[in-house]
Amino acid sequence: MSGAVYARFELLRTVRNRRFFIFSLAFPLVLFFAVASGNRHAIVDGIKFPLYYMTGMAAWGSMNGITAGGARIALERTAGWTRQMRITPLSTRTYFGTKILSGYLIGAISIALLYLAGTSLGVSLSASGWLTMTGLLLVGLIPFAVLGILLGHLLTPDSMGPALGGGTSLLAVLGGAFGPLASSGVFLDVVKCLPSYWLVQAGKSAINKHGWPAQAWIVVAAWSVALIALSVFVYRRDTGRV
Amino acid sequence: MDQERSPSATAQAQRTGVSAVGLVKSFGAVKAVRGVDIHIAPGEVVALLGPNGAGKTTTIDMILGLSRPDAGTISLFGMSPAEAVHAGLVGGMLQTGSLIGQLSVRELVTMVASLYPKPLPVAEALGLSGTAEFADRRTDKLSGGQTQRVRFAVALVANSDLLVLDEPTVALDVEGRRDFWEAMRKFVTTGRTVVFATHYLEEADAYSDRIVLMARGRVVADGPATEIKARVGLRTIRATLPGADHAAMAAWPGVATVEERGEAIVLHCTDSDVALRRLLQQYAEARDIEVRGAGLEEAFLELTEDHEEVK
Repeated sequence: MSGAVYARFELLRTVRNRRFFIFSLAFPLVLFFAVASGNRHAIVDGIKFPLYYMTGMAAWGSMNGITAGGARIALERTAGWTRQMRITPLSTRTYFGTKILSGYLIGAISIALLYLAGTSLGVSLSASGWLTMTGLLLVGLIPFAVLGILLGHLLTPDSMGPALGGGTSLLAVLGGAFGPLASSGVFLDVVKCLPSYWLVQAGKSAINKHGWPAQAWIVVAAWSVALIALSVFVYRRDTGRV
Repeated sequence: MDQERSPSATAQAQRTGVSAVGLVKSFGAVKAVRGVDIHIAPGEVVALLGPNGAGKTTTIDMILGLSRPDAGTISLFGMSPAEAVHAGLVGGMLQTGSLIGQLSVRELVTMVASLYPKPLPVAEALGLSGTAEFADRRTDKLSGGQTQRVRFAVALVANSDLLVLDEPTVALDVEGRRDFWEAMRKFVTTGRTVVFATHYLEEADAYSDRIVLMARGRVVADGPATEIKARVGLRTIRATLPGADHAAMAAWPGVATVEERGEAIVLHCTDSDVALRRLLQQYAEARDIEVRGAGLEEAFLELTEDHEEVK
């Protein structure tokens, strides 16, 4: 039917949820300015620090926003609203698709704001560099979009804050969003199996103009498929019983 | 539910707008519904009446396709619940639930309307449900009664062939209850099938064509409202009246039995109005008069006892 009207109101709800919206955008931005402005001329991994940190914060901010976007399903489940929707012609696909879309809206705004912030501290990239980085970030966010939906079925509104804030921050730290944790060894091998590592690397890969290695695509795809399968399972369990 | 239907079976299904056969549903060790058959013709308004725990909500959830029966089949206008829901033939108000935030009442109702193939105009749904005067307020700034009305608006705007309401007036005060049913009367025009669950006999009696009485997971009676009311609607009159002629009172019209409690008498009535007039006429000195509806719960339990094979 007309999923467009439904999606329009969902997006409107996302933007109107001011506290959620502002906080998910503000933290990475504040952190970026706080850390990067004092280290404008430092070099990390052969990359100028503001650029390095911009990619890290863009990864963290968008990851956080997109996961939280899906996890808001927990609120709608508690309110009984998902049950109400299940007796309308709204398809499951549209319901989840719209949630992912609104998560991507926050993610995209978060990325755009950090690009602007980066530019204000002298970050410059070629057009193809910006495009590659953005494209890889958007692809790298897929597992987090699905993770949000999964958590929306597992969390209660009470546990949402700590679980999400702690969980995505941990993934971001391990992925190297706040600075590389390891440059070699077993630890790096483990970290390289996390989708957050490749999300952070999306920026770095674009800067070095060599794109993602095959491992990145495999890790992101594997996490996406696994999380989708888990979400389907949890959704079925949820709707079969209730 | 996907098996081939013969033409006569299809005709049968259409004649019975809603048809549930042999429904069984357990939650762990709790047998919530144990073999329920309900048939509702298109255009019929049917009340599911019963005390808490009778299995009304479980039955409604299965009819709506929100939960799968352990056994039994359900057909809505010849379709499975999922198909009927998908086709937009079903609208409803679930027993529990609040609203999603960040939208005004009007926006929320518009959002839901957009999902249905032939919704009511939003303004009409707002008017009928009595939500028009606060239509621009955000849904998280409403009182309990207002929230309930918005939930009603959400159910109405579907303009569905089948409207299912699970204890729709439970959060409303007396006035809200009256407004609600007034709106329902306006809405239920030709051909709309309505099922509502309630534990108020008065509501079931006043607003349904037929009452399906449920208790302990079973249908214990199914018939016109008046018939059901006669079976469970006993009232008692209690009065302080020393020296009354009990035997004569038991023979009064509208009185079933008489009980003596010290100086007081208790009349169990089939028609308490008639009995009370007679009482006042004959015994002007009667004091402390109380008229009470018999506890529905007790009445239900009595009715179910005959049906109880296993405890």
